[in-house]
Amino acid sequence: MAIESDVLVIGGGLAGLTSALTAAREGAEVRLVSYKQSSLRHASGLVDILGYTHDGDGPVTDPYAAIGDLPELHPYQTVGAETVREAMGLFDDVTDYHGDHTETNALLPTHGGTVKPTARYPKGAAAGIASDDRDVLLVGIEAMTDFDAPHVAAHLDAAGVPFDVRGETIRFPGDLNADAKVTRYAKLLDTNGDVAVRGRKKGARDALAERVNTVHEGEARVGFPAILGDDHTDAVRAALEGKIGAEVFEVPMGPPSLPGLRLEDALFEALDEAGASFETGNPVVDYDADGDTIEQVYIEKNGAKIPNSADQYVLATGGLVGKGVESNRDAVYEPIFDCHIEHGADRYDWFDTDVFGDHPFAGFGVETDETLRPLTSSDAVQFDNLRAAGSVLGGYDFAAEKSGSGVSIATGYVAGENAAAEAR
Amino acid sequence: MSDAQSPTDFEPVEPNTGEDFEPVDVFPSSDDFDLRPGADSCFKCSVCDTNCPVAEVDDDFPGPKFQGPEQWRLKQSDDDYEIDDSVMSCSNCMRCDNACPSGVPLSQMHNTARGEYVSEQMSKTDLEYWRNRILSNYRLSASIASKVPRLASWSMNFGPARWLMEKTMGVTKERDFPEFATQTFREWWAERGGADASRRNAREARERMGIDKDAEKKVAYFHGCYSNYNTVDVAKAMVHIYEHYGYEVVAPEQKCSGTPMFANGMLKDARRHAEVNVSSMSDLVDQGYDAIASCTSCSMALRQEYPELFDIDGIEKVSSNTFEAVEYLRIHEDVKEDVQEANVTGELADEFAYHAPCHARNQGLERQSVELFRDLDGAGIEDVGESCSGISGTYGWKEEKYEKSMDIGEEMFDHMEHAEGEVGMTECPTCAMQMEHGTGYEIRHPLELLEAAIVE
Repeated sequence: MAIESDVLVIGGGLAGLTSALTAAREGAEVRLVSYKQSSLRHASGLVDILGYTHDGDGPVTDPYAAIGDLPELHPYQTVGAETVREAMGLFDDVTDYHGDHTETNALLPTHGGTVKPTARYPKGAAAGIASDDRDVLLVGIEAMTDFDAPHVAAHLDAAGVPFDVRGETIRFPGDLNADAKVTRYAKLLDTNGDVAVRGRKKGARDALAERVNTVHEGEARVGFPAILGDDHTDAVRAALEGKIGAEVFEVPMGPPSLPGLRLEDALFEALDEAGASFETGNPVVDYDADGDTIEQVYIEKNGAKIPNSADQYVLATGGLVGKGVESNRDAVYEPIFDCHIEHGADRYDWFDTDVFGDHPFAGFGVETDETLRPLTSSDAVQFDNLRAAGSVLGGYDFAAEKSGSGVSIATGYVAGENAAAEAR
Repeated sequence: MSDAQSPTDFEPVEPNTGEDFEPVDVFPSSDDFDLRPGADSCFKCSVCDTNCPVAEVDDDFPGPKFQGPEQWRLKQSDDDYEIDDSVMSCSNCMRCDNACPSGVPLSQMHNTARGEYVSEQMSKTDLEYWRNRILSNYRLSASIASKVPRLASWSMNFGPARWLMEKTMGVTKERDFPEFATQTFREWWAERGGADASRRNAREARERMGIDKDAEKKVAYFHGCYSNYNTVDVAKAMVHIYEHYGYEVVAPEQKCSGTPMFANGMLKDARRHAEVNVSSMSDLVDQGYDAIASCTSCSMALRQEYPELFDIDGIEKVSSNTFEAVEYLRIHEDVKEDVQEANVTGELADEFAYHAPCHARNQGLERQSVELFRDLDGAGIEDVGESCSGISGTYGWKEEKYEKSMDIGEEMFDHMEHAEGEVGMTECPTCAMQMEHGTGYEIRHPLELLEAAIVE
């Protein structure tokens, strides 16, 4: 016996979640298993489709128009621009993200002070959009070294943004310890919890707004690092806007990221509503196959191997960072099904000596047929009931192209749709 | 420089790490578990910190990344480094394990550091030490109390006594002690005829199911302390359900799983108990039994903490053959289909506000009850969210931790009050105490509902 479903998705990132959601909405009984919590809490929460061309030109204005010029083996070419559009429609349906009013990229400020082309952005980041000409005050928190507001403002200014931008650093009310976690700030703001200011207790939202008002010089927009609540972020922003008298936005941050966490929550909630099952905490380590058909996979829990069987499988385990693609001194490999990954025999050919050069490893991943089934070294379909989605796929460099989210959503969508169609 | 051999003229493009290069182990070998690979795997993404329920309400607590890999490294670089006393504020919820993308064994590092803090740095004449020791040896107190259950239930909640306990021992007077059952599970089990009776029942069930009467279906029940001394109905439900599916149940000699002892750094106590548990369970595993627990912290201890902290003969075997009670049925029986076809009537035909215990999470069980019972006719279940209940076993019983514990639990209480049901449900006995304490709801165990659904 085994734990059974029609479709089993391996991986809980954007690709896995999208394929599980797609398959569940198509009526399949879906189960998603993830080694650890979703990698989305490492993500900025911005959702890009294509920010730069394969040759590094950009920022790209219309990502859909640029897809046709990508190399033949790029995942976008495998699924086609129209499918990317449909997949983004599903994403828009289950989130309250902005950016779906247009096909062109928006420009958003980052916590490094650069301007990033992106297709979708969280509601809470919307007021920060860089094409808006209203002036901006960026507010940094003294203890949060990841966001140095004056430095970010100077960078944005140098990048030529069409507005005046100023950065001020304040102490978060209540004198939190220097290593307070982002979740601590978020919790205080979510609950408007008491903080002590000069011996008197005040709600955190009120106290923060009061501090900001001492440095606010009438700018129409005020930006904060992304700490403005977790569960009640809209309410936190609205309260601050009322007390500061300006539009308030968050600048997406590096990990651990609250906008990423909120996106993770929204997608898992949608998955729950679609009736799917999911579990996290333990890795898929092995499988049984009968010829070209996978019969079951095994989840390892402290030495016990728990069988999980399905009619169709989706491999969405991530790339080199997510450990869906592994390497040692001799080879690059896919650890669960040993899917073929094309790479040079000499490991010194895997990278470029220039740090920002064109690294072959960035494109390492499995190659597939047009329905996303992984191919062997001789271009044959490896298993008839396995599909791959997201950064386990090869043929693209998401970091350089700014295409990570879009590829995950589009290929997740296609893998989920095909898996549901083939499931009994 | 270390005594590792240094390759000369290192050229990254054409490295000369050929036959001449011999790596040397720079750390002396030791019998302790090697935590270095874990510390080295940490790339400081800090995602573990976002999972810490304590750090969310208390910025004095430096979080799991510090308690684990960072503190471990500090210890290596400085012989005089003492474990930071903040390790005692870690509630051992173990949520950080589930967060780490690099597989850093955070809870193992915390348990190790806490054990070292308690054995090397904590004064053994300190009241805190004895308070923690008494709290973590709940089994001992419960076994005495169960001799006079009514008197114990009364006197443990007697106001003046509790005031005194708080003043002298630092055990909060805010909480009600759980009631002791008038008959323990083991007393019931013996009276019922023990393993022989279970074998007979299992054979009858197999006959009814139309499977081989001599089928190898046998499990060793790790009931733990709480369902033995307090919630005996949970243990009885386990037995009834397993026999219904044709399993012979045995209830081997056992002690505390060790969970409260790990959380209090009492590793010597925990080991003493673990030795008994491993010895009796490993013998049974050799005879074809699997170990089944109804408490998710007990199954967590046997599965993960035992092999991470102790080197006891047979420990890996026990760890890889231990399962949570409903999980095991999901793997081996058509329990999902049976629940879909069932209809609950009577006392348990109700709406439940379900809370997934933190210790269920690392075992991948946080959604199990919701996903199993959402298709059940006659009863409803609603997940009250991912927040920790805040009690974390003995943690919330400590006078100085009580407020923190309630702050953590606030989100869960709030969600419970907004849920349709007014009866709570969880697998964990102390989460159940906290749920009851915060809302006044009665709390049931999923096995009780499963029994009502499928055992006639």
